[in-house]
Amino acid sequence: MNGALVALIRRDLQLAYRRRGEMVTPLMFFIMVTALFPLGLDPEPMLLRTLAPGVIWVAALLAGLVGLESLFKSDYEDGSLELMVLCPVPLELVGLVRVLTHWLITGLPLVILAPLMGMLLSFPSSAMGTLLIGLLLGTPILSLLGAVGAALTVGLRRSGMLLPLLILPLAVPVLIFGARSAAMAVAGDDVSGPLYLLGAMLALALTLSPFAIAGGLRVSLEN
Amino acid sequence: MTTTDALSCEALEIWRGERRLCHGLSFRTEAGRALRLHGANGAGKTTLIRVLAGLSEPESGAVRWNDQILVEAGDGYRQSLAYLGHANGLKSNLTPVENLSAYVAMTGRPPAMSIADALARLGVGGVAERPCGSLSMGQQRRVALARLLLSRATLWLLDEPLTSLDAAGNELLVELIQAHVERRGIAIFATHQPLELANGVLHTITLGGAA
Amino acid sequence: MFTWFHKLASPPYFYKFAQNVAPWTGWITLLLLAAGLYGGLWLAPPDYQQGDGFRIIYIHVPSAWMSMSGYAFMAIAAGIGLIWRMKLASAVAAAAAPLGASFAFLALVTGSLWGKPMWGTYWVWDARLTSELILLFLYFGFMALNRAFSEQRTGDRASAILALVGLVNLPIIHYSVVWWNTLHQGPTVFVGTHSDISMRMLVPLLVMIAAFMLYFATFVMKRLQFEIIRRERSTAWIRELL
Repeated sequence: MNGALVALIRRDLQLAYRRRGEMVTPLMFFIMVTALFPLGLDPEPMLLRTLAPGVIWVAALLAGLVGLESLFKSDYEDGSLELMVLCPVPLELVGLVRVLTHWLITGLPLVILAPLMGMLLSFPSSAMGTLLIGLLLGTPILSLLGAVGAALTVGLRRSGMLLPLLILPLAVPVLIFGARSAAMAVAGDDVSGPLYLLGAMLALALTLSPFAIAGGLRVSLEN
Repeated sequence: MTTTDALSCEALEIWRGERRLCHGLSFRTEAGRALRLHGANGAGKTTLIRVLAGLSEPESGAVRWNDQILVEAGDGYRQSLAYLGHANGLKSNLTPVENLSAYVAMTGRPPAMSIADALARLGVGGVAERPCGSLSMGQQRRVALARLLLSRATLWLLDEPLTSLDAAGNELLVELIQAHVERRGIAIFATHQPLELANGVLHTITLGGAA
Repeated sequence: MFTWFHKLASPPYFYKFAQNVAPWTGWITLLLLAAGLYGGLWLAPPDYQQGDGFRIIYIHVPSAWMSMSGYAFMAIAAGIGLIWRMKLASAVAAAAAPLGASFAFLALVTGSLWGKPMWGTYWVWDARLTSELILLFLYFGFMALNRAFSEQRTGDRASAILALVGLVNLPIIHYSVVWWNTLHQGPTVFVGTHSDISMRMLVPLLVMIAAFMLYFATFVMKRLQFEIIRRERSTAWIRELL
């Protein structure tokens, strides 16, 4: 079964590599949204500095929705999903592998890019570490939640409209703890509390969401 | 392959939306037999194949593999099953070789023959290194059928396997099914086209008298 | 008891059961509502800080309470329908969702009406109001997904998974919002902060909560009858009934 998992990971990475153009879109979206705020507001450094944690986190949250509906779509349409359900590897693991490769390709570059966007928003470098750790813990949760929504709506022709409605309310705690921890770091407060909570939420999401993802895929296939 | 494998259905009742596709459907297919599901478009062939594969659930009744209901048979059933759906299950960005090697790895068992041999047997050896998206529909169907040769499954569940195949492809598929059944395998396929096997191994069920 | 429960789960039987029971719970709801409102609006003394303005809690608190417990009720019913393939339970969840959503909406409206005299503005990012807002969107998501599929069975199962994810998430959302709110030292004026709430204030509130629960039960049954007709419209017993 380990061999099967490795094969799955390799295939997902292979596929992502063949379509690397699409993978850049969420990243571009993230940069654009962050850059729009100084234009829409006032480029006053003190104001930007106050808003930066919220802006970066909201932009990351929205960037996670870009292209989310295609997470399982092609597998659903070309019949690969049926084969994945019928293979001896548990569907929960198959889903988890897909989410992790998706995060490696779209989430991780976003985290790496975040300090740069922070600098554009006058985010102090002393708090950059907290922002990075927060995003490292938080964006996988967003990917897992997003995958639940993508799995539930993969059978729908127009899932793009429905997905944000399903996902965003569930993502509120991640946004709150993530953005707050960064803001607290700017103010020089102790940030261990919200970061631990983000870590706990990541553990919870890693253990529970694969079941919801697999359940969603099975339900979608029944249609 | 053991000689006792059997797939049976008891009093299946299947609905799709507000239409009842079948009720009280019972049959049993044993090793060394083939079953053809016949019926007009919309009669429920695809849905029945999916129920047999365990992808959908019947409204009532049960499907049993070796007298175990599918949910309990679980992994054992999935290992004995090779399924070919409406769609080919091929990634258009990957080549036939890449697609099939991912499939082999996912089944977790050594293939029954090499991928190159399987592709050659189905007459698509020449396009093994081209992305599947650039192949014709018939070639893609042949690549998908190559999975049957690679898997060691006893039970083949095929949904409209003749789709997009030319005359030579039809004959080839008939040969493959005949050979599989003679090795004590089971083949169940849905098709509205005529497909005959030798030695009286083929049974037919007609679905949806009043669709 | 178990056979009775089993019988109740069959749609035709439940349809008749609701037909007989709903009028009774409906009348009791009306009586309780009248008693609770009389107690709350006339008998209870004005609050020493808020004057008569506090009386909106007799609508606000029960609806907030019902919107939260209604979500749990809906998610559990949907989960039963998902796991034990019980059609009636899925129909119960689908019938309860719009009711729960309207309670959340009512809690939002009364909350902001209350906010105007208390805080001088209709909306502040108070923990409870924010939680209610997110809860309302959770209801909307469930309702949208439940009706999104051409096969009702698929919609039931997909939305049940969503409701269960929401049920796990709901305490986390609530806690995170409360934590976020306390950081801002926002104005929080709410019942329960008074430890010496008078019995003459409390009893009508409890009566109102009971009335809202019965209201919920009554209208779940009535809506469920429509759900059953909609879902079973191609069966013989519905054709006979109509």
